[in-house]
Amino acid sequence: MEPLVIDVKGMHYTPLNKIIREAVASGIKEIVLNNVLGQRFIGNGVRGDAKITINGVPGGDLGMFMSGPECEIFGNAEHAPGNTMDYGSLIIHGSAGDAVAHSMRGGKVFVKGNIGYRGGIHMKEYEGKRPILVVGGTSHAFLGEYMAGGLILVLGIGQEPTIQDRGIGSGIHGGEIVIRGDVNEKLLGVGAKKVEFNEDDLARLTPVIKDFCERFDIDSSQFLDTNYSRIIPASSRPFAGKYTWE
Amino acid sequence: MSLGSVPLKYKISIDRDQCMKCMRCVDNCSYGVYRIEDDKILIDSRKCTACHRCISMCPRDAINLQEKPVDYRSHPLWTAEAREDVINQARTGKIILAGMGNARDYPIIFDRLVLDACQVTNPSIDPLREPMELRTYIGKKPAKLEFTKNNGDVELKTKLAPNLKLDTPIMIGHMSYGAISLNAQLSLAKAVAKTGTFMGTGEGGMHESIYPYQNHTIVQIASGRFGVDINYLERGAAIEIKVGQGAKPGIGGHLPGEKVCSDVSCTRMIPLGSDAISPAPHHDIYSIEDLAQLVRSLKEATNWEKPVFVKIAAVHNVAAIAAGIARSDADAVVVDGFKGGTGAAPKVFRDNVGIPIEAAIAAVDEKLNEQGIRNKVSLIASGGIRNSADITKSIALGADAVYIGTASLIALGCRVCGNCYRGLCPWGIATQKQELVDRIDPEIGSENVANLINAWTLEISELMGAAGLNSIESLRGNRERLRGYMLDQGLLDVLKIESVGA
Repeated sequence: MEPLVIDVKGMHYTPLNKIIREAVASGIKEIVLNNVLGQRFIGNGVRGDAKITINGVPGGDLGMFMSGPECEIFGNAEHAPGNTMDYGSLIIHGSAGDAVAHSMRGGKVFVKGNIGYRGGIHMKEYEGKRPILVVGGTSHAFLGEYMAGGLILVLGIGQEPTIQDRGIGSGIHGGEIVIRGDVNEKLLGVGAKKVEFNEDDLARLTPVIKDFCERFDIDSSQFLDTNYSRIIPASSRPFAGKYTWE
Repeated sequence: MSLGSVPLKYKISIDRDQCMKCMRCVDNCSYGVYRIEDDKILIDSRKCTACHRCISMCPRDAINLQEKPVDYRSHPLWTAEAREDVINQARTGKIILAGMGNARDYPIIFDRLVLDACQVTNPSIDPLREPMELRTYIGKKPAKLEFTKNNGDVELKTKLAPNLKLDTPIMIGHMSYGAISLNAQLSLAKAVAKTGTFMGTGEGGMHESIYPYQNHTIVQIASGRFGVDINYLERGAAIEIKVGQGAKPGIGGHLPGEKVCSDVSCTRMIPLGSDAISPAPHHDIYSIEDLAQLVRSLKEATNWEKPVFVKIAAVHNVAAIAAGIARSDADAVVVDGFKGGTGAAPKVFRDNVGIPIEAAIAAVDEKLNEQGIRNKVSLIASGGIRNSADITKSIALGADAVYIGTASLIALGCRVCGNCYRGLCPWGIATQKQELVDRIDPEIGSENVANLINAWTLEISELMGAAGLNSIESLRGNRERLRGYMLDQGLLDVLKIESVGA
């Protein structure tokens, strides 16, 4: 089947999303959006198994509530791509703004470059759904804040050290944050603790690392060792001891 | 040195001549006040919460409850409560957690407002024989209507925004599955379906038992996004973004892991037994522009077919905030006053933060009118609404409709004992213990709640008729029908009403 190619120059997001939703519902498996410039909510709430190629810079909340499609973005993304995403993937060949993967509950978000503040905030997992956020570059403060499940992996390509911003895993009570190299403990948020990254962890994460590298044509062998810091919750009930009864 | 124990809050006694040792008190008390020893019912009054379950179930009226049987030396500043809070915190070093609504003795403004009635020159309307229009539409209204003429037919040209159609201006506010039991939520859902109105799911997802009533539910999305996916959004008749809550403005929600049983974990989509932490801010909202983006993203996800509400706590600058929300493309603003209930809140917040709903609604309605944007949003009042008079006064102050919460739970048996956060509610409401949950029959519960809504709707009709009004539209924002009794001029100015006698 021929891909559906749309020149979205100057197009409002609502008619655009309507076309995408109807196309996916009608069985079209490949959609190409050209000249994307700031259109918000692309793929918002769309269900299906289509591939959506985005040439340009999508606006905020890319793939919000999305369930199924894969979006490959040849450009940067604005804030909150993958917001409350249920399933599917966002492959971003650039950098992304704040709150990437906010409350994501399934699927994966790969960002080749850097992300802003509050990346992976409130990511959560349930039963078979375990969301994955992989960042090729670095992240700003409050990475994985209130994280309740899933995996955040930051590779720090071109960065030394990988992360210099504070508040990593503030309030984390589920999931794990894995960061290339050593992480200064002063950067950890309340409720987060650093533990050793061992061979078992590497074996577990190797498919994710390879998947990410293949998507961006990066040599994965440079990342297949145990030179990572693993950050996990100090407790699954971080605030259980905060209260007394009236 | 030990701080020792504080005096009993409640003293339970049994009239042994009346008692026939049927053991219903033992069976019904989930707090463990009663036990059997050597064929005698023994009492541990210290465990009593005054939930009244035992008293209600005693077939012989043999149980007596006395509040504060022993007290401290009286003191106007250092009340028993103040002293006990200090002792509690000196012992634990923790935040005091409390349930239900504000327990301070603040003056109740509703009780200082009096409604109008017709007399000789302007006859009242008899709702027994005259139609009374209480139907309420929640959502955006057009600033003006445009029509096209087509071969003599007139067609509406203006595109109307989606609205919720309510048969009564009374809705049930958001109480999540998790905070309350499934049977409690099911009772509420059946009740709103029977009465032609709506209930909120709270931030807990939607259990499949509620699906048959989904056309009468408003789904909520809060900062934790628990239970939120595209299916959930599509099921709701409307979507509500919870920014704040009257019982705890400025802080988030926290369902302790003990309450996250398998069914709750399923609807919230979180692991069994894990805490459900909803921080205060939505981390994708840091401005009205961000809020507008979330409103629009929810509309976009649901094909612009559903109204989106934004709920905020009544706080000092509530009118300006609501005006911003009205410009965010939201369809309704829910303002929750500081007497609003909760399953759990830090006591210091519950009792000290926020402002009363009466002042908040009046201020918001006034601000939206001043700015010419009142039609862009509906206004829903909640937080401490106890009867049909409070509802009527809320509407006269500017609300389109109200949410009730605690009142609907009282209709299910709640005695406002304020121990909801312990998960042991003997009435089967704020608990997930199956043996307690089973105490509510959703059919009977829904009848009780529907009766309450119907009774209040009848009373509102009567109050309207007495004031010479036959349409809720004519009551809305009609402050001429209100007078303030023993209110200071400052508050009268905020409420935009006159004093009694004026």
